[in-house]
Amino acid sequence: MKNNKLSILLRGIIAENPVLILILGTCPTLAVTGNVTSALSMGLAATVVLICSNVVISALRKVIPDTVRVPCYIVIIAAFVTAVQMLLQAFLPSIYEMLGVYLALIVVNCVILGRAEMFARKNTVLDSAFDGLGMGLGFILALFLMAFIREVFGAGSFMGIELGFMQKFKIPVLAAAPGGFLVYGILIAVMNKLTEKKGGVKKKSFSCEGCPSAAICTSKPCLNNEKKEEVENA
Amino acid sequence: MLKSLILILMGGVLINNYVLNQFLGICPFLGVSKKVNQASGMGLAVIFVMLFATAATWPIYNYVLVPLKIEYFQTIVFILVIATLVQFVEIILKRFIPSLHASLGIYLPLITTNCAVLGVTINNITAGYNFLESMVSSLGVGLGFLLAMLLFAGVRSKLDDSNAPKCFRGLPVTLIAASIVAMAFYGFAGIVENLLA
Repeated sequence: MKNNKLSILLRGIIAENPVLILILGTCPTLAVTGNVTSALSMGLAATVVLICSNVVISALRKVIPDTVRVPCYIVIIAAFVTAVQMLLQAFLPSIYEMLGVYLALIVVNCVILGRAEMFARKNTVLDSAFDGLGMGLGFILALFLMAFIREVFGAGSFMGIELGFMQKFKIPVLAAAPGGFLVYGILIAVMNKLTEKKGGVKKKSFSCEGCPSAAICTSKPCLNNEKKEEVENA
Repeated sequence: MLKSLILILMGGVLINNYVLNQFLGICPFLGVSKKVNQASGMGLAVIFVMLFATAATWPIYNYVLVPLKIEYFQTIVFILVIATLVQFVEIILKRFIPSLHASLGIYLPLITTNCAVLGVTINNITAGYNFLESMVSSLGVGLGFLLAMLLFAGVRSKLDDSNAPKCFRGLPVTLIAASIVAMAFYGFAGIVENLLA
């Protein structure tokens, strides 16, 4: 049993890393990884919201009617995001300023709604808490990796501290907006290469499967689904 | 007055492009940009919803939340308003303008939780815009989204023919193409100030 919990935890970190394998939560991933400090604070804030919302959604999974579950999830998540926002504003105003609008946008972060939809609504409270923790750690790890590459090679600093020897070799575009897309693309390619050798992990293509709208889309022909292609081909 | 409105509009379209510079609305940008007609449909639907969402959230914030001193409910209220609004717009379109519903309707459910829509409503409040400025800013952001979608759909149609290494196929090479398009948008920085100077 304990082994099972551990595997749920570890799965989120590597095999089903939300950012690099499941391709969820692309917006914050790209937006806050310009420097390590904001990436870590974003990762922590999202993890707190993810664990809390997973626990509550899983606890209420028998109460919430299936047809209105997405709005219910959004309200629960928005409540926790507001709580995190207020805590940060009160105790860490500098981080609150730095994350700006992206903090409020945790509400529509695909990782959180995606996990509610894929995991929390089908599993027990404890399992969901572990899943939230694992996914959160995977999210932090991926954000840290991207921010590390972008800040060290792009700005020649680490958590705001200048690295003297990097100043000559820095590539400023990496820390700017285009660098976000570039580093993310290359990291996914590296992950593809690594998992391909192991031959194990089944990769998901970019589709609305994990997107928060997926649940609403399933009733209609969703453009990213194979369903739509079938409709078009028919 | 007019000059500042043009600045807000052009800023939304070119300089602070939500997709390529602020990274908001990446999901539809990568998901629905495979074909030009899909991309333009999605872009138009986003403009439509952004304008409606701003027209609804700005008065709610300034005439309901501020007098009641519950500004901290902003996030919850906005997301609920947007979600209800999208459903509402869909029902109305279906009933009264079926032709428009046929072309935009399928994109509407996708937009409910699009972070660009929530982002623009929150940003309008944070920037302290008045109602007119908020609407112009939303229009600019929406047009910028449409522009990015169209440009990228054009780039992406060429990607299918490219012979990328196996591990780069699919999403990675798409992201790298997006990076190059974003770099092109860098050229626009500064163009607006000089345009009106």
